[in-house]
Amino acid sequence: MKILVPISIVPDTTSKVAFTDGDTKYDKNNVTFILNPTDEWYALVRAVELVEANGGSVTVINVGEAANDQFIRKALAIGANNAVRIDAEAKDAFFVASQIAEHAKTEAYDLVITGKETIDYNGSQVGAMLAEMLDLPYVALVSKLEVAGTEATLEREIEGGVEVVAVNLPMVVGAEKGMGEQRIPNMRGIMQSRTKPLAVVPAVEVAEHVVVNKFELPAPKTGAKMIDADNIEELVRLLHEEAKAI
Amino acid sequence: MSNVAEQETLKEALRGGEFLIKETKSEDIFIPEEFSEEQQMMAKATDDFIDMEITPIAEKIDKMQDPELMPSLLTKAGELGLLGIGVPEDLDGLGMSFNTTMLIADVVGSAGSFSTAYGAHTGIGTLPILYYGNEEQKKKYIPKLATGEWKACYCLTEPDAGSDANSGKTKAVLSEDGKSYSITGQKMWITNGGFADVFIVFARIEDDKNLTAFIVERSYNGITMNEEEQKLGIKGSSTRQIFFNDTVVPVENMLSERGNGFKIAVNILNIGRIKLGAGVLNGCRAVIRHSVRYGNERKQFNTPISSFGAVKYKLAEMTARNYATESLCYAAGQDVDDRITYLRNSGMSAAESKLKGVEEFAIECAIAKVHGSETLDYCVDEGVQIYGGMGFSEDAPMARAYRDARIARIYEGTNEINRMLLVGMILKRAMKGDLDILSHAKAVGKELLQMPKPANIDRTEAFASEKELISRMKKAVLMVAGKAAQTFGAKLNNEQILLMAVADMIIEVYAAETSIMRAEKLINQHGESADGVKAKLAKLYLQLAINKLEQKGREAISCFAKGDEMRVLLMGLKRFTKHEPINQREIRHEIADMMIEKNDYAYKLWS
Repeated sequence: MKILVPISIVPDTTSKVAFTDGDTKYDKNNVTFILNPTDEWYALVRAVELVEANGGSVTVINVGEAANDQFIRKALAIGANNAVRIDAEAKDAFFVASQIAEHAKTEAYDLVITGKETIDYNGSQVGAMLAEMLDLPYVALVSKLEVAGTEATLEREIEGGVEVVAVNLPMVVGAEKGMGEQRIPNMRGIMQSRTKPLAVVPAVEVAEHVVVNKFELPAPKTGAKMIDADNIEELVRLLHEEAKAI
Repeated sequence: MSNVAEQETLKEALRGGEFLIKETKSEDIFIPEEFSEEQQMMAKATDDFIDMEITPIAEKIDKMQDPELMPSLLTKAGELGLLGIGVPEDLDGLGMSFNTTMLIADVVGSAGSFSTAYGAHTGIGTLPILYYGNEEQKKKYIPKLATGEWKACYCLTEPDAGSDANSGKTKAVLSEDGKSYSITGQKMWITNGGFADVFIVFARIEDDKNLTAFIVERSYNGITMNEEEQKLGIKGSSTRQIFFNDTVVPVENMLSERGNGFKIAVNILNIGRIKLGAGVLNGCRAVIRHSVRYGNERKQFNTPISSFGAVKYKLAEMTARNYATESLCYAAGQDVDDRITYLRNSGMSAAESKLKGVEEFAIECAIAKVHGSETLDYCVDEGVQIYGGMGFSEDAPMARAYRDARIARIYEGTNEINRMLLVGMILKRAMKGDLDILSHAKAVGKELLQMPKPANIDRTEAFASEKELISRMKKAVLMVAGKAAQTFGAKLNNEQILLMAVADMIIEVYAAETSIMRAEKLINQHGESADGVKAKLAKLYLQLAINKLEQKGREAISCFAKGDEMRVLLMGLKRFTKHEPINQREIRHEIADMMIEKNDYAYKLWS
């Protein structure tokens, strides 16, 4: 089985959010970056588990600049067999999906597993766009994924229950919590990651569809009002009169 | 240096203790910022392991209700490869450098009881076989220990043989057929004793002057143990008293040669010491991080307590001291690695070169142990203080950190033993002519009799005045130690109060110099950093060091000098420690403010 896992590199959740270039760009100065958790914990880990159980290979692909190589090597340390980096700044979802599609269309992958979203812009678009570009079925928000032969069985958490879907491979899957669990790369994996192939490929020309006019931070939080636990009347009064919540 | 070859010769020639008589160059020391991507990734993975598998169950581990818990955590660590970092690849380890094992010990250090179990297994449990075992012994035991299939412990201490380890009463008697030894004796404070599969046991054959070491397996006959010790801290680590009652051990399980046990014990402890120095670092970082965060959250007088100068003072000092331990540990760790490579290239075996490499820097190992454990103690103490009443409660993380820290000043040789050892080793090397302390001390003596020359400092050079001050700190040590040696001769070993003071002076020189060199190297490599925090930490540490050196110098001089001699020495001390104090308010505020703003430790070594 041949699996492709697109991975993004995102700011750590504790990073300060600030903008540059007239508030049109995220300020990357002094920011700690990490592998996008849904890509790493759910998509990549499940892909590695499937290959460990059934044989085959996992390729990770990233659209980004050379500074991303260290994170790509972490994905290799976790268990991916090889990696591709499209050497360009990831501009927007359409750009990223187009670059990945360009690679995937000649490689005959059985499965493409993306994380359900990146934790920076939370766009949730790349998986769906990629499926469209590759003309493959797409199931999003998948919390369980099993493969038998050429058929995948997927579970999705839905309101009040679980939906079970069977899809013929090849397909694209958007991985959600539950599909895998964070795997700490073992030391041998880390050492081997240096020697696993990491191909750097130039980007293809893609039309620009997105122009950022402006980013802005949410208004600062106003202070919380503390009410004594015994003073229920006051709490009710405030909720009614000030917050107008009841 | 003009060319690479010359530089390499210099590196090879670097000897233990030489920092006292030579100026260290920043390009010659290793700084932890130079760890490779691979080493950082290993550190991060280890950190994740501690965060996910250990910290969330710290309380459960300490309750010791499940005897299988600790060994199962070691097994998990083994699966990740954490038990074989420094073990050669042909014995199922990773074959990483000495300094990598230091880095991993650093990270694991925040794991309380687990870090003790980890240290005992990978250090004193595994290394005697790895370094002194023959091929059969290594093949039989090391792969099992490196992968975590088997766990190890080290049985040296006895009820009447603690610091005086070579006085143990455990006996090993050769059987009539010459095929086995029968071991009988009582061992105590045995970390991992409750679950270890392999015991490194030290016993005396007949009336030998020195002990002999044996590999004993749990399945052998006649091994009984007391219940788990109820301890002040690291409550979750197994600590047993173990009795060997005519335990039959095959002769092929003798480690090294008869009578070599004490040498094994001492050399393995050297490694344990420097590892312990590194092994407190992440514990300190965790305590400081908690302190910053709590200080930011906790409000009194409608103000977060972190904004108070009294709290900032502590945050800055905790961090400066930890920065110094970090600087000295990793500089020494690399010196050990370089020495190992040098000895290996000159034809020594892998195991022997590792032992000799560490032995060469035994002085620095002792410094790392003392400085690290005392920094940890300072950090947990002030951590509790910043938490105030909550610091005294089991609901906050400080109580456990406080308890767990205390053992570090005791095990791997008490800090008192280490202080005496490090001065003793310097004097011994001086007497043997390996370390030219005497002529340098004489030169300092001569300088004392001359009028002080104004220092010629190129202030355009970064840290020029700090480096000049460090060179005078060395002179102060040489003056005091030289005079003390002259006064007492061989009897100096009995002058413990004096030796403790001299040891502290030496420790401060090494800590201050490696701290400043690290900051200088960083600036040379990357220019001034935006927050310049490491330069500030180095400068604050130097101030702490010079204050302590001055105080300990006066103490030392008072132990033996009188009248005119005392006046001359005190004047010398004053001359060698003369400096303009830095603005403590300003620098401590700047360091603390930066951490308060980040709501975190001052910087990251891995991410």
